Amino acid sequence: MTDVLALADDALVAAQRLAWWCSRAHDLEEDIALANIALDQLGAARLLLTYAGELEGAGRDEDALAYLRGPDEFRNCLLVELPDEDFAWAITRLLFLSAHQWLRYGELAAGPDPRLAEIAARAVKESAYHLDHARLWTKRLGDGTPESRRRMTAAVAGLWPFTLELVENRAAWLEIVDGALADATLERPADPADPPTGGRAGRHTPHLAALLEEMQSLHRAHPGVTW
Amino acid sequence: MAQKEPLLHLIAGSAECCNTFGVTGITATRSFDALIAADQRIEPRDEMPDAYRAGLVRQIAQHAHSEIIGMQPEGAWISRAPSLRRKAILLAKVQDEAGHGLYLYAAAETLGVSRDELEGLLLTGRQKYSSIFNYPTLTWADIGVIGWLVDGAAIVNQVPLCRCSYGPYARAMIRICKEESFHQRQGYELLHTLAHGSPAQREMAQDAVDRWWYPSLAMFGPPDGESTHSAQSMKWGVKRFSNDELRQRFVDMCVPQAEVLGLTLPDPDLRWSEERGHHDFTPPDFDELMRVVKGDGPCNAQRMAHRRAAHDNGSWVREAAAAHAAK
Repeated sequence: MTDVLALADDALVAAQRLAWWCSRAHDLEEDIALANIALDQLGAARLLLTYAGELEGAGRDEDALAYLRGPDEFRNCLLVELPDEDFAWAITRLLFLSAHQWLRYGELAAGPDPRLAEIAARAVKESAYHLDHARLWTKRLGDGTPESRRRMTAAVAGLWPFTLELVENRAAWLEIVDGALADATLERPADPADPPTGGRAGRHTPHLAALLEEMQSLHRAHPGVTW
Repeated sequence: MAQKEPLLHLIAGSAECCNTFGVTGITATRSFDALIAADQRIEPRDEMPDAYRAGLVRQIAQHAHSEIIGMQPEGAWISRAPSLRRKAILLAKVQDEAGHGLYLYAAAETLGVSRDELEGLLLTGRQKYSSIFNYPTLTWADIGVIGWLVDGAAIVNQVPLCRCSYGPYARAMIRICKEESFHQRQGYELLHTLAHGSPAQREMAQDAVDRWWYPSLAMFGPPDGESTHSAQSMKWGVKRFSNDELRQRFVDMCVPQAEVLGLTLPDPDLRWSEERGHHDFTPPDFDELMRVVKGDGPCNAQRMAHRRAAHDNGSWVREAAAAHAAK
């Protein structure tokens, strides 16, 4: 269940961050694209949360898991909970996350758990599109204007330490990300000696508590009702 | 087509704007009057009077701007939607609104004006958007009421536009109306759930209906006698029914729907008239409508500030995309 929750919470928190961009992107096409990616993440999160609830066997459904857990019960990586400083952060985070999700879902789609394989088989196709979208923008921004390059460099440097928490498939992940950065004429930052971790164990930054407080406020204000 | 400047003057309501339209080289192929008389569609390459072109650009652009600004009041609740299913529905709906904005800007572009120019007219306040979006969404029930009443009023207004005389606009409206109708059913279902839920949910639903009823009635515009563009628009087959006819149709449609919801429309004088075969009702406060149109609504400043911030914060991204494309 822990593994399923980690995937579910990554997707749910990412959806919450991505959805913020709807009406705030630099053009209508990007409003639509980021909303689309947020909807994919939310869709995967719902299937995974439902499955996690079934595995747990305590009668918790997707909403009980999404709305009635505190931050210390969330298993998402720290990368997804950080706020976006600007569009460069949103794209860099999407690049790092979707490369990770694409690899993980790809493995699980061929894995021994048929239920998880079914969910992953659908999600891996969506991740491939998210990764393409992120790669294209990484290239445009990295190799665009001096300002866009400066912002991308800052975003890559700012988010890089948080990628050390994505331990599965690190070598394959680096290959994808190195390719995208090189294509954008950006450099891979050095790994920090003591990277921030703890998300998978429920130790989060204060940003997650703030995100959940907003997300859960209405649901929690009316316990037990139907929406 | 030598009449570029008057067209821009007309659509912007200002003589300051000086960009050009890319409409040169268009050859007139069919007679405008004959097509209108035969109730056929005018297409982009057909000849058309300047005022017809300008009026359409103004109307389509205002409609597109309304979709874009309309993303905000509902978008404000995506992060707080009380179930994951409702969150997905709402996000998809707001995304649809961006899509509607895109189709409509594309329809306007067939008249020889660019999306950048139209967005510029919105950002500088020279073109308007629907005043309904200058009201705040105070509770989750507002999301349901916007679907039921605001999208419902939009549908009543827009279904006749599927037959409007300008082909690209009529075709865009067919697609938009299908999606709007879906949104309306989703809003109604949301509200029905609240109205049959806990006492607090029910109270939230009634309060939202109380606040949105009259602004929704005002969406049909001023009374027929005071409507500035209506007569010419009817003659040219853009508008098919008068403001008051559509408002009446909307009220007649809402009354039985409110009964099913078990909610009360906030009008003590609302009653069926055997004589007229319609409901009598209290008209909205048109002075308030005019104040909100002129910029003095509860959220005008906030909506425009949000739009300008998105545009300004995105300028480095647009510049980077252009610079990269040029490499």
